[in-house]
Amino acid sequence: MATTASPPRAVRPQAPANNSPAPRARRAARFRETLAAYCTLGPNLVLVTLFLLVPLVMAVVLSFQYSTGLDSASWAGLANYRQLADDPVFWRTVLNTGIFCVATVPVEMAIGLGVALLFNKVMPARPLWRTLVYLPMVLSGVATALIGTLMFDQNIGLLNKLLGTLGLPAAPWQTSGTAAMASVVLITLWMRAGFNMVIYLAGLQGISPEMYEAADVEGAGFWQRLRHITIPLLGPSTFFLLIMNVIYSFQVFDTVYVMTLGGPGHSTDVMITYAYRNGFQGRQQGYAAAIGIVLYVIVMIFTALQWRFSKNRDTVG
Amino acid sequence: MSITSTQQPPVAPGRRRDRARVVRAVAAAVIGLAMALPLFWMLLVAFSPLADLHTSQLRWWPSAPTLDNFRRVFRLPVWTWTMNSTVITCLVVVITVSSNLLAGYAFAKMRFRGRNLLFLLMLSTMTVPVQVLMVPQFKLVSSMGLFGSFWAVVIPASSTAFGVFLARQFMLGIPDEVIEAARMDGAGRLRTFFAVVLPLCKPLIAVLSLLTFLNQWNDFAWPLTVLKDERLYTLSVGMQFVNGQYTADYGAIMALALISILPMVVLFLCFQKYFVQGFARSGIK
Repeated sequence: MATTASPPRAVRPQAPANNSPAPRARRAARFRETLAAYCTLGPNLVLVTLFLLVPLVMAVVLSFQYSTGLDSASWAGLANYRQLADDPVFWRTVLNTGIFCVATVPVEMAIGLGVALLFNKVMPARPLWRTLVYLPMVLSGVATALIGTLMFDQNIGLLNKLLGTLGLPAAPWQTSGTAAMASVVLITLWMRAGFNMVIYLAGLQGISPEMYEAADVEGAGFWQRLRHITIPLLGPSTFFLLIMNVIYSFQVFDTVYVMTLGGPGHSTDVMITYAYRNGFQGRQQGYAAAIGIVLYVIVMIFTALQWRFSKNRDTVG
Repeated sequence: MSITSTQQPPVAPGRRRDRARVVRAVAAAVIGLAMALPLFWMLLVAFSPLADLHTSQLRWWPSAPTLDNFRRVFRLPVWTWTMNSTVITCLVVVITVSSNLLAGYAFAKMRFRGRNLLFLLMLSTMTVPVQVLMVPQFKLVSSMGLFGSFWAVVIPASSTAFGVFLARQFMLGIPDEVIEAARMDGAGRLRTFFAVVLPLCKPLIAVLSLLTFLNQWNDFAWPLTVLKDERLYTLSVGMQFVNGQYTADYGAIMALALISILPMVVLFLCFQKYFVQGFARSGIK
């Protein structure tokens, strides 16, 4: 920019003799540090590249191919995506994924908050009650789903027996789509309530007691304190949980696969179970990959939200 | 962990406060017992004769406590499955945690070209649903000739970015002076890492190991996909196998479910503090 009218160089750069040994040593040190860093990163970098980044690229490519996994793949262009658009089962699984998400996320957060508020107070046997709420969090999805099968069995399950003793008719947990979805949702709530409680309890610890004391002086009741202090100050926890729960609910697999296999009909089929069946049982790998990519895009949208959130949370504290 | 209770000063009349306290205690007990009910029912069925389940009346205790269900389950290679799960999980924990610690250290404490770019790339993998990668991972594993072996489970499972992220966040908190002091005293990079950094990272190592253990022990979809030989199954896969074979034999299924969750429950009860911190930290930092 200032090439034409650059002022005469008043001072020459520092004498080279004075300058050279230090930068060379510094550069060598810098090189050694970079080398050391890459050696240290090496194992993880190789693993992540090979088993996460490369497969991600492969999944994108595969979604534009016909591939049975047996013969060599051929190019399909957008055919897989066009097929998705016309596939009523796919849309059903999208709808089911949405229903599952809407039925679990707000409810598990509300339960998590309620239980966290309750267990934040001093009470008899509190550690025991807390432990019982946490515990399902560490069980495997398969074990949880099997327990679910036992609870919701139509003929001999506990829930129908309980309904029976109350004089109510047995619920069709396995034969009616709505009831089957409800059973998967209920078992998910049982499994996830603990996680939501943990995060909210941690959030509650961050609220200074003075806030509540001040509110008491002002004469605020329970609901007012909840609305004007607790919920706003738990904002970061809530947002984090929203993201985590939504991502979890989009990826739910074990519970559905074991409890209902997507049935009856396709009434509990979610995108992941449908992709899994296409990819590994139907041998339509390109089609399965396309479903996966659609799901990935949805999850990415939520990740973008999380990215914004993590910037916000520095300001929130 | 001590959670400060937010008790309000006694502005409300004493009797009302007492009543609130009773209501809370009752609510807590009801919630706790409701949460325990499915687990209790699993225990009950595992130790009950099958006939108990098929009566229409509710029994809250086995009519004749029995180990029959366990005997039936142990006709299957349950010990082998347990060993498989243990070996696979331990391998994954060792590989994952050491590679996470090393990478976290580099990201937190070394300056090098490409650091930010690599870190972003790493983070970007965190939100990829694992199932999206399953078909390509399957192809990779097959082309490496690993299909059907333990390594097909172990190696892909050991590639995570979450642990790196956690390790980096933790190590950022270690003052640079500590590391520089060790370097001044003549310790090499490796020596500094092992003698100075790692001892400071004990809580991190505990949390990473527990969460990795939990994830791997409970993992289902991936082992289900790459293990075909019944004798190489993990417990999760074996459980689903039993579920498919003994469809209505809830006694056997619950006995196996109990065996499979026992290690996690024991670990959880022993290290509850770390578990809860691990989960809480995943939300806070």
